[in-house]
Amino acid sequence: MQLDWMMYLKAFVVGGLICVVGQLLISLTRLTPARILVLFVTLGVVLGGLGLYEPLVEFAGAGATVPLTGFGNSLAKGAIKAAQEDGVIGAFTGGVTATAGGVAAAIAFGYLFSLLFRSKTK
Amino acid sequence: MKNHRGKRTLLFPSAPHIASAASIVSKTEAQGPLGQLFDMVLEDDTWGEDSFEKAECRMFEEVVRMALAKMQRTPADLDCLFGGDLLNQIITANYAARQLNTPFLGLYGACSTMAESLLLGSVLVDGGFAGRVACVASSHFSTAERQYRYPLEMGTTEPETSQRTVTGSGCVIVTEAPSPDDVFHKIRIRAGTIGRVVDLGITDAANMGAAMAPAACDTIVTHLKDLERQVSYYDLIITGDLGRFGSEMLFSLCKDRGVDLSGRHIDCGCMIFHPEQNFHCGGSGCGCSAVTLAANLLDKVESGGVQRMLFLATGALLSPSATMQGESIPGIAHAVVLERED
Amino acid sequence: MEHFDAKQYRAQVNERMPKSKTLRYCVHAFWTGGLICIIGQLVTDALKSWCSLSEDALSAGTAIIMVFLGAFLTGLGIYDKIGSYAGAGSVVPITGFANSIVSPAIEFKPEGYVMGVAAKMFNIAGPVLVYGISASIVVGLLSLLFGGGAA
Repeated sequence: MQLDWMMYLKAFVVGGLICVVGQLLISLTRLTPARILVLFVTLGVVLGGLGLYEPLVEFAGAGATVPLTGFGNSLAKGAIKAAQEDGVIGAFTGGVTATAGGVAAAIAFGYLFSLLFRSKTK
Repeated sequence: MKNHRGKRTLLFPSAPHIASAASIVSKTEAQGPLGQLFDMVLEDDTWGEDSFEKAECRMFEEVVRMALAKMQRTPADLDCLFGGDLLNQIITANYAARQLNTPFLGLYGACSTMAESLLLGSVLVDGGFAGRVACVASSHFSTAERQYRYPLEMGTTEPETSQRTVTGSGCVIVTEAPSPDDVFHKIRIRAGTIGRVVDLGITDAANMGAAMAPAACDTIVTHLKDLERQVSYYDLIITGDLGRFGSEMLFSLCKDRGVDLSGRHIDCGCMIFHPEQNFHCGGSGCGCSAVTLAANLLDKVESGGVQRMLFLATGALLSPSATMQGESIPGIAHAVVLERED
Repeated sequence: MEHFDAKQYRAQVNERMPKSKTLRYCVHAFWTGGLICIIGQLVTDALKSWCSLSEDALSAGTAIIMVFLGAFLTGLGIYDKIGSYAGAGSVVPITGFANSIVSPAIEFKPEGYVMGVAAKMFNIAGPVLVYGISASIVVGLLSLLFGGGAA
């Protein structure tokens, strides 16, 4: 397996910094986790739509795709690509299709693990 | 209104007796400073039940049975059960009352429930309407988290002002006449002050202490004025769960009104956990004041360490939807006076 | 009746309340978030080496595996412990998205598998999908307006 050490370092730093932005929002504002998730995903969609996020992905790989902004970027990319191919219908289908894997996995594993596990006391 | 004084204070001329008390907590509370004093500690806070709610209900039911058993009585001997908890529709109290099969007056005062139930229990006993009542309050960390905050397995961080909901049920039995089988022989309830809702616009649900402190100050100051007493009349003034920061704000508010609580005030939320347990500002929940009273504070009065105690419990009367709709957090505090008599 | 100056009280509260240890949490968030991203990069690289996948399938595959990891750690009761240390380092990565779905799913089991598990599963993450997908539709439509393509 080819390992690009530089890429790992970049992923670490960029991903870490994106999380720090999130942490500043948690600590300094009264935004709840749910609102922060919404903010990050929407930001990812907007930046992705403007073509500003893809360079970050090329630079830092998973450091840009793993944070939820990357999820937003995938949504935007998918919507644009499908719109190019299928017009207005594509604008609707593209985002969901591109991120279907992650969402379906979350639903499936959410259900599966609810069968297997229970909430533990803290 | 011959037994009413000032704005909101009630006198109990017959001075109802506190006959017995019991407390059930989880492992977490047992690891705190009062650990050895609780009557029962649950290793597993589901107590083998299918849900945390059912476990809390069982705690509520058992603590009543326990308190009565200590004085050789059973639920059939109760003239009334006053009790409440933090859950929607106070299901803990309702379902426990179903099991206990006693006359039941359910209460919702959030964390002020223990004082509210003692107040109303005393009214019934002093008024000649009941001979033996149980006053109960209960809370459970997991049921409260589920309803008010986040799922247990969600990764969240707590702000510095947050408090931990106590998993605990506490019961106090109030009677008209003493009996040799009683656990306590010297504790009388002499008066009570009904709280008023005070809301100074705190919207941060993670800062309950600050939201409730004004209500506590309001009740303390009104109580002293109503009975024309100085704060020095009391050896100890207890608040239920203001926590570290809430207590600080209470001191400041009272000082502005010429009431100096220093050396006389303790807060159950600060008593129930060690600082090393890392629960930021301390404990909270109905059960916090209930179990501390049952396990520790009553003994202080019985033994003579404290002759006159003003016991307040403070409640934050919010709901998740109210907060989401932009409402601030209203607080309320009720008080009862416990005095030692030979 | 006692009168309180609400504004003054709130100002006092804001001034005196214990402040969050922002710097410390930022450090925690940085290295835990960075580490999770490294794991994501490893997953992508492993998939690239061992399977022949298209670009899209590669990114979907990574997402699925990271979601699985977050979900599994949530089920085991470990993710909340990571979260209380890591703060945003556990919320922002896609594993946090998984955690926010799996934790209510597990939590509401007593209420049954339809109205409990299935209904509550998205009570925290739902807004992410609503806002994310809606925004993507807008972006897609705008790209037609400004970029041309099939009408």
